[in-house]
Amino acid sequence: MSKVIKIKRGLNIPLVGDAEKILQTAPRASEYALKPTDFHGLVPKMMVEEGTHVKAGSPLFFDKYNKDVVFTSPVSGTYTRLVRGAKRRIMEVRLEPGQENEYVDFGAASPTELSREQVIKKLLKSGLWPNIRQRPYSVIANRDQKPRAIFVSAFSTVPVAPDMDFVVNGQEEMFQTGLDVLKRLTDGSVHLGIHADETTSAAYTGARGVEIHPFQGPHPAGNVGVQIHHIDPINKGEVVWYVGVQGVIAIGRLFSKGIYDANKIVAYTGSEVLNPRYYRVLNGANIRSFTENNIMKEKDITPRFISGDVLSGEQINQDGFIGFYDDQLTVIPEGDAPELLGWLIPKLNKYSVSRTFFSFLMPWKQYRLNTNIRSGERPFVITGLYEKYLPMDIMPMQLIKSIMINDIDMMEKLGIYEVAPEDFALCEFVCPSKIEMQSLIREGLDAMQKEFS
Amino acid sequence: MKAIHKLIEKTRPHFEKGGRFEKLHRTFEAFDTFLAVKGDVTKKGSHIRDAMEMKRTMFHVVIAMIPVLLFGMWNVGYQHYAAIGLEVDLLDQFVFGLLKVLPLIVVSYASGLVVEFIFASIRDHEVNEGFLVSGLLIPLIIPVTTPLWMVAVATVFAVIIGKEVFGGTGMNVLNPALLARAFLFFAYPSYLSGEVWIYTELQQGQQLVDGFSGATPLAVLSTGDIQNLPSVLEMFLGTIPGSIGETSTVAVLLGALVLIATGVGSLRIMISVVVGGLFTGFLFNLFAANPYMEIPPYYHLIMGGFAFGAVYMATDPVTASQTGTGKYIFGFMIGAITLLIRVLNPAYPEGMMLAILLMNVFAPLIDHYVVQAHIKKRLKRLKHARVEVT
Repeated sequence: MSKVIKIKRGLNIPLVGDAEKILQTAPRASEYALKPTDFHGLVPKMMVEEGTHVKAGSPLFFDKYNKDVVFTSPVSGTYTRLVRGAKRRIMEVRLEPGQENEYVDFGAASPTELSREQVIKKLLKSGLWPNIRQRPYSVIANRDQKPRAIFVSAFSTVPVAPDMDFVVNGQEEMFQTGLDVLKRLTDGSVHLGIHADETTSAAYTGARGVEIHPFQGPHPAGNVGVQIHHIDPINKGEVVWYVGVQGVIAIGRLFSKGIYDANKIVAYTGSEVLNPRYYRVLNGANIRSFTENNIMKEKDITPRFISGDVLSGEQINQDGFIGFYDDQLTVIPEGDAPELLGWLIPKLNKYSVSRTFFSFLMPWKQYRLNTNIRSGERPFVITGLYEKYLPMDIMPMQLIKSIMINDIDMMEKLGIYEVAPEDFALCEFVCPSKIEMQSLIREGLDAMQKEFS
Repeated sequence: MKAIHKLIEKTRPHFEKGGRFEKLHRTFEAFDTFLAVKGDVTKKGSHIRDAMEMKRTMFHVVIAMIPVLLFGMWNVGYQHYAAIGLEVDLLDQFVFGLLKVLPLIVVSYASGLVVEFIFASIRDHEVNEGFLVSGLLIPLIIPVTTPLWMVAVATVFAVIIGKEVFGGTGMNVLNPALLARAFLFFAYPSYLSGEVWIYTELQQGQQLVDGFSGATPLAVLSTGDIQNLPSVLEMFLGTIPGSIGETSTVAVLLGALVLIATGVGSLRIMISVVVGGLFTGFLFNLFAANPYMEIPPYYHLIMGGFAFGAVYMATDPVTASQTGTGKYIFGFMIGAITLLIRVLNPAYPEGMMLAILLMNVFAPLIDHYVVQAHIKKRLKRLKHARVEVT
């Protein structure tokens, strides 16, 4: 094991609602959905007609610009309808589950016996390829490029994060098989980032054929982007791939069982959850199946459901569907009530990294934070703040400014290839000017991608 | 509480599109958001946000200015009664100062905010909070004898030319408050130098005490008259003539404490200004070509606007250098240039204002080089990493 990498800059936001280590299997949802919006930049082309019977693993649509990349059904049943958004954009592909579980058989195979090309084909065909994403751009990996390395982060540091040790429990072998598959995809190393003190699962600490890198420190130490930056930073023109833990497990299952088994474990967290715990669900499940009886019902408070974490997750409604990549469903209160002189009176329930509130005196306290934005957007005023929350050798404010003026050359020099929106989530959280930094980073990445395509 | 809320909601339609006061929409909004944090929720990006925002940031700078403001008010009265040889108690001294300073503050805020509101309406953006600070800084850095109309003219000039033409708070190159002072200094020099620091308009039966001199320590020094310098303690406490808020180093330190404790002001800049000043002072001591160059360097920190400028002016995050390393250079240069102007230039007894304005102009250049160095370092690191891998 290599030396512990200590991350000093960052912040653990003390949020109420950590999931208890109890795993329940969620009741079968009444509806499932695959959301093309989970995959940035994807233009889906449907491959089946409404009403078609599908098995788990049957193709539903493909990427218009990468025809090989197929998206398959997580569940066996019927493809019922499309939900479209503005400009007729496809938002959701809805599926109704059937009575029994039928799987498309992709054939079990040992990854070591297949060629790289065969491995890729299998992943593409089964619809598991989208689990593999790439930097730069933080999009689904381009199969034609060879990644210099592949990264997996085996712990999460987001607020009320799922415990990845708990998630992998009982699936250790599948995880290892998944790593073996990844090993076939690169000539370089597969890097596994673990937490130096908290990661104890043998699935991670005893992972074979990979380089293990222990990390220490506050969020965003668990972000794969930060880990890449500290293990082996991306140069211009290079590509690295990364996969989430549950993606690796799903890939492992594909190779050992020959099927697309979309089961995953979702931590149901946040201050508005009665009993925060873990649920085993099929990817794309309607969240109502497990949230309905496990939510606080308070007068005057609307809950906000977030597929993912509170910093970078996607807002979904009460009848929404869990996102493709998300290991977590977080529920926090909406902050839609005005507050008289709210900017002036330092209430005890406010959280701030600035020492103008009382929160710095009570580092042990956990907060029930709401979604109030507290101010309109302002130009940059405060300096020297953002650097403290981005543990990378990158000047956050200068990078954001270069994106604002769309200076491609400067973005490249300042390190846009190394970042993804999620890496700027903390900067966005602390920003007193309330600048939408994650959206700006995405804009910058889009501009770069367009420039080089 | 509910009554206020109801009142706001009742008047809101008049200020919205199609309402009678549609043009004052941004003004209404400014007061509305001032009274209550709106129920606006996050739509994109991070779902939760830090409770800190601009109003609170600016408010803390204002809090940090309270010590100098109160002391300044008292000192105005103290200096006045000392000049006419009357002994009155502390409260009287303070009340006298309060009555002289308050109009300056009111005029500064009123004239500046009117401009801010007009520009917010024309440009249709929210009213920025930056002027909450500038509006109080301006009265603190001028002599108490400045005519009110002059304050108004200078403030309007500073807000329009210093800030709004660049796009408003956050976009300005120069510190608006200092620009207002510089405007007065060059447009009406006779009102900003000489015997202007003490309010000496006499009422019937009053007369100045014998041997009265209203000169600031810096003015005393520039004439080479070192013997007549106030004592170190007087200069440190601030019972000396000078601009309203600048005289007391103690009060400034209290403010600095607030700024540093809350993390609103940059300690980095404050320290490097002081270091720059002390360093240059020692250099002067080495040469010691004239009496002014011989004074102990720390004298400079407690005279004139050095401390005030270092704590409240140089730290303005918008006009200062924005990079970490840049801040050290920026602060050091301010300290150094201030002393250069003070000691070597006979035309200007005080150098803080010009030093900060000059470095405001150079801050982007400093940042440019810091960013270039960062880019070079990044390239090197990447190359290095590549070698390690292969």
